[in-house]
Amino acid sequence: MYNIVAVSFGEIFLKGKNRGSFEHKLIEQVKFALKEFKDIVVYKELGKMFIETSHEEDMDSILEKTRKIFGIVAISPSIKTETDPETMTLKAIELFKYLKDKKNFKTFKINTKRGDKKFPIGSMDFSAAVGGRILEHFPDVTVDVHNPEVEINIDIKKHCFISSEKIKTAGGLPIGSSGRALLLLSGGIDSPVAGHMIAKRGVEINALYFHTYPFTSERANEKVKHLKEILEEYCGNIKLYSINILEVHKAIKEFCREEETTILARRFMMRIAERIASNNNMDMLITGESLGQVASQTMKSMAVIEEAIQMPILKPLIGMDKTEIMERAREINTFETSILPYDDCCSVFAPKHPLINPKLESIKNSESKLDIEQLIEMAISTIEIL
Amino acid sequence: MEVYLDNSATTRVRQEVMDEVTDVNLNCYGNPSSIHRMGLKTEKRIEDARKHVAKIINAKADEIFFTGSGTESNNIALLGHISGIEGKINVVTTNIEHPSVYNVLKHFKDNVEIRYLDTDNLGRVNLEQLENLIDESTYLVSIMHVNNELGIVQNLSEICKISKNKNKNTKIHVDAVQSYGKIKIDVNKIPADTISFSSHKIHGPKGVGGLFIRSGVKISPIIFGGGQEKNIRPGTENTPGIVGFGKACQIVYENFEEETCRLRNLKNLYAKRLTEEIKDMKINSSLSEDGAPHILNVSFKHVRGEVLVHFLEMKGVYVSTGSACSSRSKSNRILEAIKLDPDYVDGTIRISLGHFNNEDEVEYVVESIKQSVEEIRKIMKL
Repeated sequence: MYNIVAVSFGEIFLKGKNRGSFEHKLIEQVKFALKEFKDIVVYKELGKMFIETSHEEDMDSILEKTRKIFGIVAISPSIKTETDPETMTLKAIELFKYLKDKKNFKTFKINTKRGDKKFPIGSMDFSAAVGGRILEHFPDVTVDVHNPEVEINIDIKKHCFISSEKIKTAGGLPIGSSGRALLLLSGGIDSPVAGHMIAKRGVEINALYFHTYPFTSERANEKVKHLKEILEEYCGNIKLYSINILEVHKAIKEFCREEETTILARRFMMRIAERIASNNNMDMLITGESLGQVASQTMKSMAVIEEAIQMPILKPLIGMDKTEIMERAREINTFETSILPYDDCCSVFAPKHPLINPKLESIKNSESKLDIEQLIEMAISTIEIL
Repeated sequence: MEVYLDNSATTRVRQEVMDEVTDVNLNCYGNPSSIHRMGLKTEKRIEDARKHVAKIINAKADEIFFTGSGTESNNIALLGHISGIEGKINVVTTNIEHPSVYNVLKHFKDNVEIRYLDTDNLGRVNLEQLENLIDESTYLVSIMHVNNELGIVQNLSEICKISKNKNKNTKIHVDAVQSYGKIKIDVNKIPADTISFSSHKIHGPKGVGGLFIRSGVKISPIIFGGGQEKNIRPGTENTPGIVGFGKACQIVYENFEEETCRLRNLKNLYAKRLTEEIKDMKINSSLSEDGAPHILNVSFKHVRGEVLVHFLEMKGVYVSTGSACSSRSKSNRILEAIKLDPDYVDGTIRISLGHFNNEDEVEYVVESIKQSVEEIRKIMKL
């Protein structure tokens, strides 16, 4: 029945001179998200975006994909038709029946907006005429102009658009409108949620995954790749870098104290991430840390870890409880993949008693036994794009 | 060099088998239930395969039923034996069964008590305990002939004798997925009521299992449909798979003694060379007659099995872990049952041999394992 979606932009309107380029980005983003569908036209007209399809059966999936795109606040699935009064009336009745089958309601109202004054019937008269025809078909409903349960909107322009439902969508800003950042993606529950939250504010995300193959499985790569693909439904194209830090872990194990392993390894990860981000035009890092969740996420630990780099780190989950994060992960559909049981980087080399109160001095002292630059370079030389 | 040593997981299909599979797919694709000539031609191919499959265990062709897998055969047999029984009964089994038996038995309702036999450090069941556990309400004894992880061979004839002597009405099911085509089974000498087996463990195609049901034994169907396989496993027959299975059986039958002897020598050679080359290692499989010819389970101290698997895959050597410790929550039920020293449990791998393995690979594999174990120990022990 529906053959077009009218898309309402969100905060882009606030962005003044840049609005044109944001809208352009958003159109590109929509096209990317809907690339699997045949015969789709995405266009802008009179301050609104429209997604038109010649395959009505695709509409549910198109709505599902579109509602995940950041920068869109609402979508209205609509019927686009010629401005012929009889055709318009029949389509309105068809829509009415569809809505009635979905949910039984008693009162309704027709709103006609006549943007094209060449249309021969006045707005009020046309609403009354269509309402009358509906009452003939559905004897159990009545018109209520003040507080109707259902409204049918007939918008007459060059074409006529008939709609009723308005679906609230992801909100946020179009991807790319706020810059670029590198997400440290571990394969766990938290980091995909962190990426999603930052992407919502218009940040183009790329991701970095650390592994210790052959101490971890190649299947773990597949898991991270799958998480990336789920995130791409919201964030657009994501470049996923993968880096083997086994040599770093070996060096730490050989020269440093076991309980410092996590802090030292994470300092290396930050250094490597910073380098990859700045070499690829990204301005910040994103991590899934939540205060106090594990030993490396205490105030002290985070302070010592971050001291290793200059680049700012965004931690959108910092004040969230694990249960809240899990709930978010379920909402964005990454949870089931995140809990698959392949070893991630942390578990094989994790110390039995990690420090929760590390001293920067002593960590720096341990690092002085390592050739930091060489280890970073060795790690970066293993880079792969998954 | 690529050396595939995970033949207990599954095997590479032989070329001769593949030729048959292709021929059926291209030239004999009719539905055996169709009454036209093409259907009949297909049906004949299936019946021919059934004879080859039966021959391996000296059964009659009409005692063989084709299924979709070994797991399916075990399910059909166990559920089929037990279904419809209301009163209190018990089932005697071992603590080292494959999940396709273990989990089916666990699934039964409260009126079915499951009694588990203990095993010794090689996985052999305690025959005295068997005699004690069986009583007048023992409805079924379910025994795995060869354990998939350890390769231990249970003494089937003794087990059957004890069971039937203690209670002549007790039914016996044998899970022979790992032994079929590797160890002689003669259904005229062993009074098992049902025996399950699978095609892809003996270089046949995947997706075909078999179930022997002794003439006169009643199995209630658990799947309903168009009456194929005498209602035991309805559904359009997987003709290419079945014919391929038949061909694989024919080849196994023709070279039986020779091939099992060859595999046993190869297994012993691996055991000898690994013992010579690597310290702090344990062979968990029996090297005598009660060890299957193709399965060698070994443990290394201070090594993690799944890490060793990844080290070996880099060298083109494919083995599997005996232990399921990659998902830390699960402990290994089988290694626990044989009370393996906890220091060794995590470092367990299974080497399983097949037709395509030979002596030329041994030195390369042993050297690869040695190097990998040393490297892993160096890193883990640092």
